[in-house]
Amino acid sequence: MRLAFILSEIGSGLRRNLSMVISVILVTFISLTFVGAAGLLQLQINQMKGYWYDRVQVAVFLCVENSTSPSCAAGPVTEEQRDTIRGMLESEAFTPYVASVEYESQDEALGHFKDQFANSPIVDSVTADQLPESFRVNLVDPEKYEVINEAFSSLPGVDVVSDQRELLEKVFSVMNRASLGALLVAGVMTVCAILLIATTIRLSAFSRRRETGIMRLVGASKAVIQLPFILEGVIAAVVGALLASGALWGMSRFVIGGWLAREYPETAFISDQQVVLLVPALILLGALLAGVSSLLTLRRYVKV
Amino acid sequence: MIRFENVTKVYDATSRPALDSVSLEVDRSEFVFLVGASGSGKSTFIRLVLKEDSASRGAVYVAGQNVANIPSWRVPRLRRGIGVVFQDFRLLPNKTVFANVAFAMQVIGKSRAVIRETVPEVLKTVGLEGKNNRMPHELSGGEQQRVAIARAIVNRPGILLADEPTGNLDPTTSMGIMKVLDRINSNGTTVVMATHDDDIVNTMRKRVVELRNGAVVRDDAQGIYIGETEAVAE
Repeated sequence: MRLAFILSEIGSGLRRNLSMVISVILVTFISLTFVGAAGLLQLQINQMKGYWYDRVQVAVFLCVENSTSPSCAAGPVTEEQRDTIRGMLESEAFTPYVASVEYESQDEALGHFKDQFANSPIVDSVTADQLPESFRVNLVDPEKYEVINEAFSSLPGVDVVSDQRELLEKVFSVMNRASLGALLVAGVMTVCAILLIATTIRLSAFSRRRETGIMRLVGASKAVIQLPFILEGVIAAVVGALLASGALWGMSRFVIGGWLAREYPETAFISDQQVVLLVPALILLGALLAGVSSLLTLRRYVKV
Repeated sequence: MIRFENVTKVYDATSRPALDSVSLEVDRSEFVFLVGASGSGKSTFIRLVLKEDSASRGAVYVAGQNVANIPSWRVPRLRRGIGVVFQDFRLLPNKTVFANVAFAMQVIGKSRAVIRETVPEVLKTVGLEGKNNRMPHELSGGEQQRVAIARAIVNRPGILLADEPTGNLDPTTSMGIMKVLDRINSNGTTVVMATHDDDIVNTMRKRVVELRNGAVVRDDAQGIYIGETEAVAE
Protein backbone atom coordinates (compact mmCIF):
# COMPACT_ATOMS: atom_id res chain seq x y z
CA MET A 1 0.00 0.00 0.00
CA ARG A 2 2.68 2.43 1.02
CA LEU A 3 4.76 1.52 -2.02
CA ALA A 4 1.79 1.96 -4.33
CA PHE A 5 1.11 5.28 -2.67
CA ILE A 6 4.70 6.48 -3.09
CA LEU A 7 4.69 5.38 -6.72
CA SER A 8 1.51 7.26 -7.47
CA GLU A 9 2.93 10.34 -5.73
CA ILE A 10 6.03 10.09 -7.93
CA GLY A 11 3.88 9.73 -11.02
CA SER A 12 1.83 12.80 -10.23
CA GLY A 13 4.94 14.74 -9.30
CA LEU A 14 6.62 13.92 -12.60
CA ARG A 15 3.52 14.87 -14.55
CA ARG A 16 3.05 18.12 -12.68
CA ASN A 17 6.63 19.27 -13.27
CA LEU A 18 7.01 17.80 -16.73
CA SER A 19 8.97 20.69 -18.26
CA MET A 20 11.40 20.79 -15.35
CA VAL A 21 11.78 17.04 -15.41
CA ILE A 22 12.60 17.14 -19.11
CA SER A 23 15.23 19.81 -18.53
CA VAL A 24 16.78 17.72 -15.75
CA ILE A 25 16.88 14.76 -18.13
CA LEU A 26 18.55 16.79 -20.86
CA VAL A 27 21.12 18.41 -18.62
CA THR A 28 22.13 15.12 -17.01
CA PHE A 29 22.18 13.59 -20.50
CA ILE A 30 24.65 16.20 -21.76
CA SER A 31 26.80 16.22 -18.65
CA LEU A 32 27.06 12.45 -18.45
CA THR A 33 27.77 12.23 -22.19
CA PHE A 34 30.83 14.39 -21.61
CA VAL A 35 31.84 12.35 -18.60
CA GLY A 36 31.48 9.24 -20.73
CA ALA A 37 33.39 10.79 -23.64
CA ALA A 38 36.28 11.53 -21.30
CA GLY A 39 36.08 7.94 -20.13
CA LEU A 40 36.10 6.65 -23.71
CA LEU A 41 39.16 8.71 -24.56
CA GLN A 42 41.00 7.30 -21.55
CA LEU A 43 40.01 3.79 -22.54
CA GLN A 44 41.24 4.47 -26.05
CA ILE A 45 44.55 5.85 -24.78
CA ASN A 46 45.10 2.77 -22.65
CA GLN A 47 44.19 0.55 -25.53
CA MET A 48 46.68 2.26 -27.82
CA LYS A 49 49.41 2.33 -25.18
CA GLY A 50 49.01 -1.36 -24.57
CA TYR A 51 49.18 -2.05 -28.28
CA TRP A 52 51.96 0.31 -29.27
CA TYR A 53 54.33 0.22 -26.34
CA ASP A 54 55.18 -3.38 -27.17
CA ARG A 55 55.92 -2.45 -30.73
CA VAL A 56 57.68 0.89 -30.61
CA GLN A 57 61.34 0.86 -31.38
CA VAL A 58 64.21 3.24 -31.34
CA ALA A 59 65.56 3.58 -34.83
CA VAL A 60 69.21 4.39 -35.33
CA PHE A 61 69.34 5.74 -38.88
CA LEU A 62 72.65 5.60 -40.64
CA CYS A 63 74.06 8.17 -43.00
CA VAL A 64 73.21 8.16 -46.68
CA GLU A 65 74.46 10.28 -49.55
CA ASN A 66 72.52 13.40 -48.78
CA SER A 67 72.27 13.31 -44.98
CA THR A 68 72.86 16.73 -43.45
CA SER A 69 73.76 16.08 -39.83
CA PRO A 70 77.37 16.82 -38.72
CA SER A 71 78.19 13.21 -37.97
CA CYS A 72 77.48 12.44 -41.63
CA ALA A 73 80.00 14.95 -42.94
CA ALA A 74 82.20 12.13 -44.21
CA GLY A 75 79.48 10.84 -46.53
CA PRO A 76 77.48 7.58 -46.40
CA VAL A 77 78.14 5.13 -43.61
CA THR A 78 81.05 2.79 -44.15
CA GLU A 79 81.16 -0.92 -43.54
CA GLU A 80 83.49 -0.36 -40.64
CA GLN A 81 81.27 2.26 -38.96
CA ARG A 82 78.26 -0.01 -39.30
CA ASP A 83 80.07 -2.85 -37.61
CA THR A 84 81.19 -0.56 -34.77
CA ILE A 85 77.63 0.59 -34.18
CA ARG A 86 76.28 -2.94 -34.24
CA GLY A 87 79.08 -4.02 -31.94
CA MET A 88 78.20 -1.32 -29.46
CA LEU A 89 74.49 -2.09 -29.53
CA GLU A 90 75.18 -5.73 -28.84
CA SER A 91 77.92 -5.02 -26.31
CA GLU A 92 77.77 -5.88 -22.64
CA ALA A 93 77.31 -2.19 -21.69
CA PHE A 94 73.92 -2.00 -23.39
CA THR A 95 72.43 -5.38 -22.59
CA PRO A 96 70.50 -3.96 -19.58
CA TYR A 97 68.69 -1.59 -21.98
CA VAL A 98 68.50 -3.34 -25.30
CA ALA A 99 66.19 -6.26 -25.75
CA SER A 100 66.94 -6.97 -29.37
CA VAL A 101 68.49 -5.36 -32.42
CA GLU A 102 67.48 -5.79 -36.02
CA TYR A 103 69.23 -4.46 -39.01
CA GLU A 104 67.17 -2.98 -41.82
CA SER A 105 69.00 -2.58 -45.08
CA GLN A 106 68.15 0.00 -47.70
CA ASP A 107 66.35 -2.62 -49.80
CA GLU A 108 64.27 -3.72 -46.85
CA ALA A 109 63.51 -0.08 -46.05
CA LEU A 110 62.24 0.39 -49.58
CA GLY A 111 60.08 -2.72 -49.23
CA HIS A 112 58.48 -1.36 -46.04
CA PHE A 113 58.07 2.02 -47.60
CA LYS A 114 56.29 0.55 -50.59
CA ASP A 115 53.93 -1.40 -48.34
CA GLN A 116 53.14 1.64 -46.28
CA PHE A 117 52.50 4.00 -49.17
CA ALA A 118 51.11 1.47 -51.58
CA ASN A 119 48.42 3.86 -52.82
CA SER A 120 50.63 6.89 -53.16
CA PRO A 121 52.22 7.93 -56.46
CA ILE A 122 55.39 8.88 -54.57
CA VAL A 123 56.35 5.19 -54.44
CA ASP A 124 57.47 5.05 -58.03
CA SER A 125 59.97 7.89 -57.64
CA VAL A 126 61.72 6.50 -54.56
CA THR A 127 64.74 4.32 -54.90
CA ALA A 128 66.55 2.22 -52.31
CA ASP A 129 69.61 4.45 -52.04
CA GLN A 130 67.49 7.40 -50.94
CA LEU A 131 66.31 5.58 -47.87
CA PRO A 132 68.62 5.18 -44.88
CA GLU A 133 69.60 1.81 -43.57
CA SER A 134 68.94 1.51 -39.85
CA PHE A 135 69.21 -0.51 -36.67
CA ARG A 136 65.82 -1.17 -35.11
CA VAL A 137 66.31 -1.40 -31.36
CA ASN A 138 63.69 -2.83 -29.02
CA LEU A 139 64.28 -1.45 -25.55
CA VAL A 140 63.79 -3.36 -22.32
CA ASP A 141 62.23 -0.23 -20.83
CA PRO A 142 60.86 2.12 -23.51
CA GLU A 143 61.37 5.07 -21.13
CA LYS A 144 65.15 4.65 -21.40
CA TYR A 145 65.37 6.08 -24.88
CA GLU A 146 67.74 8.86 -23.79
CA VAL A 147 70.52 6.36 -23.04
CA ILE A 148 70.60 5.19 -26.64
CA ASN A 149 70.23 8.69 -27.99
CA GLU A 150 73.19 10.03 -26.01
CA ALA A 151 75.45 7.14 -26.86
CA PHE A 152 74.75 6.92 -30.57
CA SER A 153 73.51 10.18 -32.03
CA SER A 154 76.97 11.74 -32.39
CA LEU A 155 78.72 8.56 -33.48
CA PRO A 156 80.26 8.80 -36.93
CA GLY A 157 78.00 7.18 -39.49
CA VAL A 158 74.82 7.77 -37.46
CA ASP A 159 72.48 10.26 -39.01
CA VAL A 160 69.79 10.46 -36.36
CA VAL A 161 68.35 8.44 -33.49
CA SER A 162 64.61 8.59 -33.46
CA ASP A 163 62.22 7.39 -30.81
CA GLN A 164 58.91 6.30 -32.26
CA ARG A 165 57.45 6.57 -28.78
CA GLU A 166 57.92 10.32 -28.88
CA LEU A 167 55.52 10.47 -31.78
CA LEU A 168 52.98 8.40 -29.88
CA GLU A 169 53.40 10.58 -26.80
CA LYS A 170 52.34 13.54 -28.88
CA VAL A 171 49.21 11.74 -29.97
CA PHE A 172 48.47 10.69 -26.41
CA SER A 173 48.98 14.15 -25.04
CA VAL A 174 46.48 15.53 -27.56
CA MET A 175 44.02 12.84 -26.55
CA ASN A 176 44.65 13.47 -22.86
CA ARG A 177 43.96 17.13 -23.34
CA ALA A 178 40.77 16.37 -25.20
CA SER A 179 39.62 14.12 -22.39
CA LEU A 180 40.52 16.79 -19.84
CA GLY A 181 38.47 19.28 -21.87
CA ALA A 182 35.55 16.86 -21.91
CA LEU A 183 35.84 16.48 -18.14
CA LEU A 184 35.85 20.24 -17.73
CA VAL A 185 32.65 20.61 -19.74
CA ALA A 186 31.24 17.66 -17.81
CA GLY A 187 32.09 19.42 -14.55
CA VAL A 188 30.27 22.61 -15.54
CA MET A 189 27.28 20.67 -16.82
CA THR A 190 27.22 18.64 -13.62
CA VAL A 191 27.00 21.80 -11.55
CA CYS A 192 24.12 22.85 -13.83
CA ALA A 193 22.45 19.51 -13.31
CA ILE A 194 22.76 19.68 -9.53
CA LEU A 195 21.32 23.19 -9.38
CA LEU A 196 18.55 22.30 -11.77
CA ILE A 197 17.60 19.22 -9.77
CA ALA A 198 17.58 21.33 -6.62
CA THR A 199 15.30 23.89 -8.27
CA THR A 200 13.01 21.20 -9.61
CA ILE A 201 12.62 19.69 -6.18
CA ARG A 202 11.97 23.09 -4.66
CA LEU A 203 9.21 23.71 -7.19
CA SER A 204 7.83 20.26 -6.66
CA ALA A 205 7.92 20.72 -2.88
CA PHE A 206 6.17 24.05 -3.25
CA SER A 207 3.41 22.72 -5.47
CA ARG A 208 2.83 19.86 -3.04
CA ARG A 209 3.14 21.81 0.20
CA ARG A 210 -0.49 21.14 1.17
CA GLU A 211 -0.01 17.41 0.85
CA THR A 212 3.27 17.35 2.73
CA GLY A 213 1.78 19.56 5.45
CA ILE A 214 -1.05 17.12 5.97
CA MET A 215 1.29 14.17 5.81
CA ARG A 216 3.32 15.63 8.65
CA LEU A 217 0.23 16.30 10.73
CA VAL A 218 -1.13 12.79 10.46
CA GLY A 219 2.25 11.32 11.28
CA ALA A 220 3.63 10.09 7.97
CA SER A 221 7.25 9.00 8.30
CA LYS A 222 10.09 10.99 6.86
CA ALA A 223 10.63 8.36 4.19
CA VAL A 224 7.04 8.54 2.92
CA ILE A 225 7.17 12.32 2.78
CA GLN A 226 10.59 12.70 1.19
CA LEU A 227 11.02 9.60 -0.93
CA PRO A 228 8.75 10.75 -3.77
CA PHE A 229 10.82 13.92 -4.18
CA ILE A 230 14.13 12.08 -4.09
CA LEU A 231 12.97 9.39 -6.50
CA GLU A 232 11.59 11.98 -8.90
CA GLY A 233 15.05 13.48 -9.23
CA VAL A 234 16.73 10.11 -9.38
CA ILE A 235 14.39 8.82 -12.08
CA ALA A 236 14.95 11.90 -14.23
CA ALA A 237 18.73 11.64 -13.79
CA VAL A 238 18.77 7.93 -14.57
CA VAL A 239 16.80 8.55 -17.77
CA GLY A 240 19.43 11.16 -18.63
CA ALA A 241 22.18 8.63 -17.90
CA LEU A 242 20.51 6.06 -20.15
CA LEU A 243 20.31 8.60 -22.97
CA ALA A 244 23.98 9.44 -22.44
CA SER A 245 24.87 5.74 -22.56
CA GLY A 246 22.94 5.39 -25.79
CA ALA A 247 24.73 8.37 -27.29
CA LEU A 248 28.14 7.01 -26.32
CA TRP A 249 27.32 3.58 -27.65
CA GLY A 250 26.17 5.14 -30.91
CA MET A 251 29.36 7.17 -31.06
CA SER A 252 31.58 4.15 -30.53
CA ARG A 253 29.61 2.00 -32.90
CA PHE A 254 29.16 4.34 -35.80
CA VAL A 255 31.98 6.85 -35.44
CA ILE A 256 34.75 4.69 -34.03
CA GLY A 257 33.65 1.26 -35.20
CA GLY A 258 32.11 2.28 -38.49
CA TRP A 259 34.35 5.06 -39.65
CA LEU A 260 37.66 5.42 -37.78
CA ALA A 261 38.29 1.69 -37.72
CA ARG A 262 37.81 1.55 -41.48
CA GLU A 263 40.01 4.57 -42.13
CA TYR A 264 42.82 3.45 -39.84
CA PRO A 265 42.77 -0.34 -39.92
CA GLU A 266 46.18 -0.67 -38.26
CA THR A 267 45.08 1.19 -35.10
CA ALA A 268 43.53 -0.67 -32.22
CA PHE A 269 40.22 0.96 -31.30
CA ILE A 270 37.98 0.29 -28.33
CA SER A 271 34.99 -1.90 -28.95
CA ASP A 272 31.27 -1.50 -28.20
CA GLN A 273 31.63 -3.97 -25.36
CA GLN A 274 34.03 -1.70 -23.56
CA VAL A 275 31.55 1.16 -23.89
CA VAL A 276 28.89 -0.98 -22.26
CA LEU A 277 31.17 -1.16 -19.20
CA LEU A 278 30.68 2.59 -18.80
CA VAL A 279 26.88 2.35 -18.60
CA PRO A 280 26.52 1.21 -14.97
CA ALA A 281 29.04 3.85 -13.91
CA LEU A 282 27.06 6.58 -15.67
CA ILE A 283 23.76 5.43 -14.20
CA LEU A 284 25.26 5.28 -10.73
CA LEU A 285 26.75 8.72 -11.19
CA GLY A 286 23.41 10.13 -12.35
CA ALA A 287 21.53 8.59 -9.45
CA LEU A 288 24.13 9.81 -6.98
CA LEU A 289 23.98 13.30 -8.45
CA ALA A 290 20.23 13.50 -8.06
CA GLY A 291 20.16 11.76 -4.70
CA VAL A 292 22.69 14.03 -3.08
CA SER A 293 21.29 17.25 -4.47
CA SER A 294 17.74 16.31 -3.51
CA LEU A 295 18.75 15.33 0.01
CA LEU A 296 20.39 18.70 0.46
CA THR A 297 17.38 20.54 -0.96
CA LEU A 298 14.81 18.61 1.03
CA ARG A 299 16.56 19.40 4.28
CA ARG A 300 15.75 23.03 3.60
CA TYR A 301 12.42 22.95 1.85
CA VAL A 302 10.48 19.97 3.11
CA LYS A 303 10.21 20.10 6.85
CA VAL A 304 9.44 16.83 8.55
CA MET B 1 -3.15 13.01 28.65
CA ILE B 2 -1.48 16.40 28.15
CA ARG B 3 0.56 18.03 30.90
CA PHE B 4 2.43 21.33 30.78
CA GLU B 5 4.90 22.00 33.58
CA ASN B 6 6.02 25.62 33.84
CA VAL B 7 6.26 25.83 30.06
CA THR B 8 7.70 28.99 28.59
CA LYS B 9 8.02 29.51 24.86
CA VAL B 10 10.05 32.41 23.54
CA TYR B 11 10.04 32.87 19.75
CA ASP B 12 12.04 36.05 19.72
CA ALA B 13 14.21 37.12 22.62
CA THR B 14 13.26 40.76 22.29
CA SER B 15 9.48 40.36 22.61
CA ARG B 16 7.44 38.88 25.44
CA PRO B 17 7.14 35.09 25.56
CA ALA B 18 4.28 33.44 23.66
CA LEU B 19 3.71 31.19 26.66
CA ASP B 20 4.88 32.28 30.08
CA SER B 21 5.38 29.58 32.68
CA VAL B 22 2.18 27.71 31.89
CA SER B 23 1.22 24.72 34.02
CA LEU B 24 -1.82 22.79 32.92
CA GLU B 25 -3.10 19.25 32.93
CA VAL B 26 -5.72 17.79 30.59
CA ASP B 27 -7.02 14.37 31.58
CA ARG B 28 -7.98 11.48 29.34
CA SER B 29 -11.41 11.98 27.72
CA GLU B 30 -11.64 15.56 28.88
CA PHE B 31 -13.07 18.39 26.76
CA VAL B 32 -11.22 21.66 27.25
CA PHE B 33 -11.80 25.06 25.72
CA LEU B 34 -8.70 27.18 25.37
CA VAL B 35 -9.90 30.77 25.17
CA GLY B 36 -8.22 34.11 24.84
CA ALA B 37 -7.60 36.90 22.37
CA SER B 38 -5.40 36.27 19.36
CA GLY B 39 -1.78 36.34 20.43
CA SER B 40 -2.64 34.95 23.85
CA GLY B 41 -0.73 31.72 23.17
CA LYS B 42 -3.46 29.26 22.10
CA SER B 43 -1.78 28.26 18.85
CA THR B 44 1.61 27.99 20.54
CA PHE B 45 0.04 25.56 22.99
CA ILE B 46 -1.11 23.38 20.10
CA ARG B 47 2.25 23.58 18.33
CA LEU B 48 4.05 22.46 21.46
CA VAL B 49 1.77 19.45 21.91
CA LEU B 50 2.51 18.42 18.30
CA LYS B 51 6.25 19.02 18.77
CA GLU B 52 6.18 21.43 15.85
CA ASP B 53 8.17 23.63 18.20
CA SER B 54 9.88 22.80 21.43
CA ALA B 55 9.47 24.62 24.73
CA SER B 56 12.12 27.12 25.70
CA ARG B 57 11.76 26.15 29.36
CA GLY B 58 9.65 23.62 31.23
CA ALA B 59 8.35 20.25 30.10
CA VAL B 60 5.46 19.15 27.86
CA TYR B 61 4.09 15.65 28.46
CA VAL B 62 1.81 13.98 25.93
CA ALA B 63 0.38 10.58 26.87
CA GLY B 64 2.86 10.38 29.73
CA GLN B 65 5.89 11.09 27.59
CA ASN B 66 8.07 14.17 27.73
CA VAL B 67 8.04 15.32 24.12
CA ALA B 68 11.51 16.84 24.50
CA ASN B 69 12.82 13.27 24.84
CA ILE B 70 11.19 12.00 21.64
CA PRO B 71 13.85 11.65 18.92
CA SER B 72 12.95 13.27 15.62
CA TRP B 73 12.38 9.94 13.86
CA ARG B 74 9.74 9.06 16.48
CA VAL B 75 7.85 12.35 16.10
CA PRO B 76 5.56 10.92 13.37
CA ARG B 77 4.47 8.29 15.88
CA LEU B 78 3.59 10.99 18.39
CA ARG B 79 1.56 12.78 15.74
CA ARG B 80 -0.33 9.64 14.79
CA GLY B 81 -1.77 9.77 18.29
CA ILE B 82 -3.03 13.32 17.80
CA GLY B 83 -5.64 14.61 15.36
CA VAL B 84 -5.63 18.26 14.34
CA VAL B 85 -8.32 20.49 12.84
CA PHE B 86 -7.78 24.05 11.66
CA GLN B 87 -9.88 27.10 10.97
CA ASP B 88 -9.08 26.88 7.25
CA PHE B 89 -9.90 23.13 6.89
CA ARG B 90 -6.76 22.37 4.81
CA LEU B 91 -8.41 19.85 2.51
CA LEU B 92 -6.74 18.75 -0.72
CA PRO B 93 -8.79 20.50 -3.41
CA ASN B 94 -8.16 17.91 -6.12
CA LYS B 95 -9.24 14.92 -4.07
CA THR B 96 -12.75 13.73 -3.26
CA VAL B 97 -14.11 13.63 0.27
CA PHE B 98 -13.31 9.94 0.49
CA ALA B 99 -9.81 10.42 -0.91
CA ASN B 100 -9.09 13.28 1.47
CA VAL B 101 -9.89 11.13 4.47
CA ALA B 102 -8.21 8.05 2.97
CA PHE B 103 -5.05 10.12 2.39
CA ALA B 104 -4.39 10.23 6.14
CA MET B 105 -4.47 6.43 6.23
CA GLN B 106 -2.50 5.85 3.02
CA VAL B 107 0.47 7.89 4.14
CA ILE B 108 0.91 5.84 7.28
CA GLY B 109 0.67 2.63 5.32
CA LYS B 110 -2.82 1.31 6.09
CA SER B 111 -4.02 -1.39 3.73
CA ARG B 112 -6.61 -0.69 1.06
CA ALA B 113 -9.09 -3.04 2.70
CA VAL B 114 -8.86 -1.27 6.06
CA ILE B 115 -9.24 2.10 4.35
CA ARG B 116 -12.34 0.98 2.42
CA GLU B 117 -13.89 -0.19 5.63
CA THR B 118 -12.91 2.64 7.97
CA VAL B 119 -13.42 5.77 5.88
CA PRO B 120 -17.20 5.41 5.30
CA GLU B 121 -17.61 4.64 8.98
CA VAL B 122 -15.82 7.83 10.02
CA LEU B 123 -17.68 9.88 7.42
CA LYS B 124 -20.87 8.62 8.98
CA THR B 125 -19.66 9.67 12.45
CA VAL B 126 -19.19 13.26 11.26
CA GLY B 127 -22.50 13.27 9.41
CA LEU B 128 -21.29 13.11 5.81
CA GLU B 129 -22.93 9.88 4.71
CA GLY B 130 -23.30 9.60 0.96
CA LYS B 131 -20.92 12.48 0.16
CA ASN B 132 -17.95 10.22 -0.51
CA ASN B 133 -17.42 11.36 -4.06
CA ARG B 134 -17.96 15.08 -3.68
CA MET B 135 -15.09 17.45 -4.25
CA PRO B 136 -14.28 19.91 -1.45
CA HIS B 137 -15.41 22.95 -3.47
CA GLU B 138 -18.85 21.39 -3.85
CA LEU B 139 -19.32 21.36 -0.08
CA SER B 140 -20.41 24.06 2.35
CA GLY B 141 -17.94 25.35 4.92
CA GLY B 142 -19.47 23.25 7.67
CA GLU B 143 -19.28 20.14 5.53
CA GLN B 144 -15.66 20.86 4.63
CA GLN B 145 -14.82 21.15 8.32
CA ARG B 146 -16.53 17.82 8.91
CA VAL B 147 -14.28 16.27 6.28
CA ALA B 148 -11.28 17.76 8.06
CA ILE B 149 -12.52 16.33 11.36
CA ALA B 150 -13.04 12.94 9.75
CA ARG B 151 -9.48 13.06 8.46
CA ALA B 152 -8.19 14.03 11.91
CA ILE B 153 -9.89 11.12 13.70
CA VAL B 154 -9.70 8.41 11.05
CA ASN B 155 -6.54 6.94 12.60
CA ARG B 156 -8.25 6.92 16.01
CA PRO B 157 -5.98 9.34 17.85
CA GLY B 158 -6.29 9.68 21.63
CA ILE B 159 -6.21 13.46 21.37
CA LEU B 160 -8.01 15.85 19.03
CA LEU B 161 -6.67 19.40 18.83
CA ALA B 162 -8.94 21.96 17.20
CA ASP B 163 -7.54 25.41 16.44
CA GLU B 164 -10.55 27.71 16.02
CA PRO B 165 -12.49 25.11 14.05
CA THR B 166 -15.59 27.30 13.87
CA GLY B 167 -13.73 30.50 13.07
CA ASN B 168 -14.95 30.54 9.46
CA LEU B 169 -18.47 29.26 10.09
CA ASP B 170 -21.82 30.81 10.94
CA PRO B 171 -23.33 30.13 14.41
CA THR B 172 -25.77 27.41 13.29
CA THR B 173 -23.12 25.52 11.34
CA SER B 174 -20.75 25.98 14.27
CA MET B 175 -23.18 24.28 16.63
CA GLY B 176 -23.32 21.33 14.23
CA ILE B 177 -19.55 21.07 14.35
CA MET B 178 -19.64 21.24 18.16
CA LYS B 179 -22.06 18.34 18.24
CA VAL B 180 -19.64 16.31 16.18
CA LEU B 181 -16.73 17.19 18.46
CA ASP B 182 -18.84 16.40 21.52
CA ARG B 183 -19.72 13.00 20.06
CA ILE B 184 -16.06 12.27 19.37
CA ASN B 185 -15.25 13.32 22.94
CA SER B 186 -17.90 11.05 24.38
CA ASN B 187 -16.25 8.12 22.53
CA GLY B 188 -13.20 8.67 24.74
CA THR B 189 -11.08 11.08 22.71
CA THR B 190 -9.51 13.97 24.59
CA VAL B 191 -10.50 17.23 22.86
CA VAL B 192 -8.69 20.53 23.23
CA MET B 193 -10.36 23.34 21.31
CA ALA B 194 -8.89 26.81 20.98
CA THR B 195 -11.61 29.37 20.28
CA HIS B 196 -12.84 32.84 20.96
CA ASP B 197 -16.47 32.09 20.13
CA ASP B 198 -18.28 32.96 23.36
CA ASP B 199 -21.66 31.50 22.30
CA ILE B 200 -20.16 28.09 21.83
CA VAL B 201 -18.26 28.14 25.10
CA ASN B 202 -21.28 29.30 27.02
CA THR B 203 -23.56 26.68 25.49
CA MET B 204 -21.23 23.71 25.96
CA ARG B 205 -20.48 24.24 29.66
CA LYS B 206 -17.16 22.46 29.55
CA ARG B 207 -13.85 23.20 31.22
CA VAL B 208 -12.49 26.59 30.16
CA VAL B 209 -8.83 27.61 30.34
CA GLU B 210 -8.24 31.25 29.60
CA LEU B 211 -4.89 32.49 28.40
CA ARG B 212 -3.85 36.10 28.39
CA ASN B 213 -0.44 37.27 27.18
CA GLY B 214 0.84 33.75 27.41
CA ALA B 215 -0.27 33.04 30.97
CA VAL B 216 -3.19 31.01 32.33
CA VAL B 217 -5.48 33.50 34.05
CA ARG B 218 -8.49 31.26 34.63
CA ASP B 219 -9.30 27.55 34.73
CA ASP B 220 -13.00 26.79 35.40
CA ALA B 221 -14.36 23.27 35.46
CA GLN B 222 -17.67 24.29 33.87
CA GLY B 223 -16.86 27.74 32.71
CA ILE B 224 -18.29 30.42 30.54
CA TYR B 225 -16.52 32.75 28.20
CA ILE B 226 -15.75 36.14 29.71
CA GLY B 227 -15.63 38.73 26.98
CA GLU B 228 -12.37 40.45 26.29
CA THR B 229 -13.58 43.90 27.30
CA GLU B 230 -14.88 42.53 30.57
CA ALA B 231 -11.67 40.69 31.19
CA VAL B 232 -9.61 43.80 30.61
CA ALA B 233 -11.90 45.77 32.94
CA GLU B 234 -11.39 43.25 35.76
